[in-house]
Amino acid sequence: MAGTAVLGRVTWRTAKIVGLRDETATARTLTLSVDDWPGHVAGQHVDVRLTASDGYSAVRSYSIASAPSSDGRIELTVERLSNGEVSPYLTQQVIVGDQLEVRGPIGRWFVWDPEQAGPVQLVAGGSGIVPLMAMIRWRAAANSTAPFRLLYSVRQPSTVFYHDELRALSSQGNSVDDTYVYTRVTPKDWPRPPGRIDAELISRATWPADLRPSVYVCGPTSLVEHTTELLIATGQDRQKIRTERFGATGERR
Amino acid sequence: MAIISRGFAGRRSGAEAKLPPGQYLTTDFPVLSAGPTPHVDLDRWEFTIDDGRNILKRWDWKAFRELPTENVVVDLHCVTRWSKLGTSWEGVSLDVLLANVRTDLPYAMFRSHGDYMTNLPLKDVTNNQAWIAFKYDGGDLAPEHGGPARLLVPHLYLWKSAKWVRGLRLMSEDRPGFWESLGYHIYGDPWQEQRYSEE
Repeated sequence: MAGTAVLGRVTWRTAKIVGLRDETATARTLTLSVDDWPGHVAGQHVDVRLTASDGYSAVRSYSIASAPSSDGRIELTVERLSNGEVSPYLTQQVIVGDQLEVRGPIGRWFVWDPEQAGPVQLVAGGSGIVPLMAMIRWRAAANSTAPFRLLYSVRQPSTVFYHDELRALSSQGNSVDDTYVYTRVTPKDWPRPPGRIDAELISRATWPADLRPSVYVCGPTSLVEHTTELLIATGQDRQKIRTERFGATGERR
Repeated sequence: MAIISRGFAGRRSGAEAKLPPGQYLTTDFPVLSAGPTPHVDLDRWEFTIDDGRNILKRWDWKAFRELPTENVVVDLHCVTRWSKLGTSWEGVSLDVLLANVRTDLPYAMFRSHGDYMTNLPLKDVTNNQAWIAFKYDGGDLAPEHGGPARLLVPHLYLWKSAKWVRGLRLMSEDRPGFWESLGYHIYGDPWQEQRYSEE
């Protein structure tokens, strides 16, 4: 369990980049091998520290995308912000073999673990999918049968993260039931015109309130505010809704 | 000795010098909350001070808004690393609210609508250091930023400035609030970079 390691989770640890994978034109997944990684639960994040040769350093937080595992590796998916200080470096400059520092895992609120057997409703906006993907992956790795639904809002088809993996996970038995929402451009012949999540979609694609799902909503502030209002209007218990928001400049992921 | 990140230059600006360690400057106002935004009706709003046994003070919105207010310009530092400088608020000083409360209890747990809570030493919310703020930048405080009223304790990380605040309970000993129970620092001084508890 996070936080019980001898070294403590606030220790900076050396991490080596052992894999790089583009998710979209602007997002890249980094696989890190972390010295003495204490383990994490799905939904947590890490602090990443970059240090320039003159000692200047910058730190940002990124959600962990990978399921917990015992091999000392974690994956982060980073969306490049055009005016960012850290995300352009992580998405364009790093190569396999480079080193940086991480500390964590951090956060014990926006988390899910397979001991929670009840239904789970995930709502993602854009790169807000990242911590939710860790939950989806852990569910699969642990052979959990917790009923999962994912409502995933993106600008256009090309901005979907983990496309092939999500399709594979949603087409197996005991699968994750996923629904996509396109706010700007839809795939060809898509039945719903471009637009944000609305009440009709909430009633059609999310667990009914009487199932008392645990709800995790992660995305830009406007999506989180809007979606949680709609969920509460259908009778969802606000105590069971956990949120993570990021603003225009919030380089959370 | 920190690991050098090959080819990382970073961006430096003069303003960073004014920031606590590990913070970066932002000009917008990000929102971070653990759950849905509560919408608190002013008819139901109240602020209470209790000592765990008795309610010592209680204000409804009308009585609260009749208290003397102050305009303050303060810097905000969020544990998620953004800092925003020179923000303008109007609120009632905790010195006003605590003026006639006689207590030896040295700690307070602030409680919010939506069940959030955060702990603070009483000495950190008195002597012109904390306000119950209801206006931001000249306008009513928006619900997502804690309206109708939030605690403002700008010398500590912003999670201590509880949104949707509804009261405080005086305590004999310090006890962790919401984030303080989930791995964040019990006190949270940004200049000491007290982000996380050591467990």
